[in-house]
Amino acid sequence: MSKKSSATAEKKSGSAAPGESYRSAPVNAALSADQKVALLRTMVRIRRFEERCLRSYQAKNNAGGTNIGGFLHLYIGQEAVAVGCCSLMGPNDHVITAYRDHGHAIASGMELNPLMAELYGKITGCSKGKGGSMHFFDPSNRYWGGHGIVGGQVPLGTGLAYALKYKGIKGACMTFMGDGAVNQGAVHEAYNLAALWSLPVVFVIENNGYSMGTSQARSSAGELAKRAEAYGMAWGTCDGHHIYEVRAQLDKFLRLARDEGKPSVVEVRTYRYRGHSVSDPDNTYRRKDEIEEYRRTKDPIQVYQATLIGEGVLDAVRAEKIDEEARAEAEGAAAFAEASPYPTVEDIQKDVYWEADHPSERKSGGRLFFN
Amino acid sequence: MPVIQYREAIRHALAEELGRDPNVVVMGEEVAQFNGAYKVTEGLLEKFGPKRIVDTPISEAGFIGMGVGASMLGIRPVIELMFWSFYSVAFDQILNNAANVRYMSGGLINCPIVIRGPANGGTNVGATHSHTPENVLANHPGIKVVVPSTPYDAKGLLKSAIRDNDPVMFLENTMLYGDRGEVPTEEYLIPLGKADVKREGTDLTIVSYGRAVIQSLATANLLQQEHGVSAEVVDLRSIRPLDIDTVLASVRKTHRVLIVEEQKPFCGVGAQLTYMIQAEAFDDLDAPIARLCTVDAPAIYSPPVEVEQLPNPQRILRAALELVD
Repeated sequence: MSKKSSATAEKKSGSAAPGESYRSAPVNAALSADQKVALLRTMVRIRRFEERCLRSYQAKNNAGGTNIGGFLHLYIGQEAVAVGCCSLMGPNDHVITAYRDHGHAIASGMELNPLMAELYGKITGCSKGKGGSMHFFDPSNRYWGGHGIVGGQVPLGTGLAYALKYKGIKGACMTFMGDGAVNQGAVHEAYNLAALWSLPVVFVIENNGYSMGTSQARSSAGELAKRAEAYGMAWGTCDGHHIYEVRAQLDKFLRLARDEGKPSVVEVRTYRYRGHSVSDPDNTYRRKDEIEEYRRTKDPIQVYQATLIGEGVLDAVRAEKIDEEARAEAEGAAAFAEASPYPTVEDIQKDVYWEADHPSERKSGGRLFFN
Repeated sequence: MPVIQYREAIRHALAEELGRDPNVVVMGEEVAQFNGAYKVTEGLLEKFGPKRIVDTPISEAGFIGMGVGASMLGIRPVIELMFWSFYSVAFDQILNNAANVRYMSGGLINCPIVIRGPANGGTNVGATHSHTPENVLANHPGIKVVVPSTPYDAKGLLKSAIRDNDPVMFLENTMLYGDRGEVPTEEYLIPLGKADVKREGTDLTIVSYGRAVIQSLATANLLQQEHGVSAEVVDLRSIRPLDIDTVLASVRKTHRVLIVEEQKPFCGVGAQLTYMIQAEAFDDLDAPIARLCTVDAPAIYSPPVEVEQLPNPQRILRAALELVD
């Protein structure tokens, strides 16, 4: 698979839910009924979590202040991508992404409570209220963030892959970026290093069509993933609306990374329903009917739920129960976040230096902080 | 005790740490096959092989970011910048990723990386290659900044930097690479954040770091021999953490302070020092704190004029005499 995957042609032969043609791909054929339902459940949990985030963001708290500050970049509409990709992670696989990171965090195994608490800026948050929406981390689930600068995480993901190779560990790092990141220099520097040194990294471009308010057509020349050819890397494109296709396609590229130490670039075409962030009025760069068309025909949760019902592994009652449970879990997370304390002013200067946080093991002298 | 060059002292530190810890990797432009642009890494490829001594393409944002990512998984990259001036193309990787990742992850992720290379003027290479970013780096909590002036300090500090669990920026000086000094054969470490009184004196304190220390010591000799003025020279060695206590102790002894730095004055390290000295030792001062910096302009090329733009013993002497006058 030295060049573009043949899967694109396969995809085009599909019908209303083209991804269904990937049901028989080995990685999907191997799924049990419970595992298939679990994938749906994760997607639903992401969506209900984010919808709950949005409600909290827009509501005032009891003190009349904000529940959630700063930016809130919602992943709604893109759930099949993170869940499909992260469901393929073996024990030595890693993931890193950009600032639209809630979906990847949940798909990697993070619980909703610490995520919601992080958004609320509480000490019980996954980053103790120090990171916020764009900066979720959980190394115990091999989830390395949550990075705010477009493209800035791509060299980091390449470094995680470098560390795997250096240590002789058979694993891969999925390094996500948005379509807006592909024109950043750091991305191309990382491509070159990954290809030059045969690092086990899969660069996943989640193309939701818009880098903030600028469409792909107005920002990027040529086909996004094809730029891999300049570096001699394998590449492919993938419809990100059906989780079966995402899994089938990514599985091949992950194997290429793990088994042969070869990097690749995959463009996954997806769509976000919400604005770039909540503060985006979303009325200057795309039509409402475009959003509605995607919602109606390509919604990854609806598409997959229909698939599972068609397969007979799910019925409407169970689907409803999954949804109710996800809503309740998200509601519980909001209650947990609300009830949690904020960090203290003293906490501001914790977690800055390892040495300052481990005073008994400190080797250096002098002042680390200047107040 | 053997007398070796500053560059050799750094090389010995690298070799010892490479030998001690299999997770240490030396990486950068021309560090392996070329033996180092300044021969700091000479012979390391032969000794440790290409897995440990890695030539990179000219791609600072790429390989520094990669080093940061690798450090999150426990590798200890020691990355050479051919010039610290080139940090500007990797600014995001150093000052957003290395500096912040521990904080933003609530302390879950460490970044034990060292970035080292020369940061100095005086070699007639113009403004793009003469940056001294210690103040810019030290302005970022999460980062440590070390600027050694002697072979002995360079070796002991670099070994500590490589073992440090926080990101350490290690600023060397091409004008010092050939300097010789005594370096013991037995292993030693110098902790970061410990200033060193390089010369004792009673009439004024010169606070400095890096090559400006060497020049200040030369000035101190002139002051003593030609003017009967006894200058104490305090070498900070580390900018962050900062050993302000050693500085203050000297101020309380001499009551006059001249800060000498090879750096532009505005928002420089000396500005922070000045603030701290006046805040904590105001009553001990017999004169306003004096500063001698690089003349405030981009680095000039013209060789004889660049000497006058930078701190040099004559400029330091004039500033010191004004202070004790």
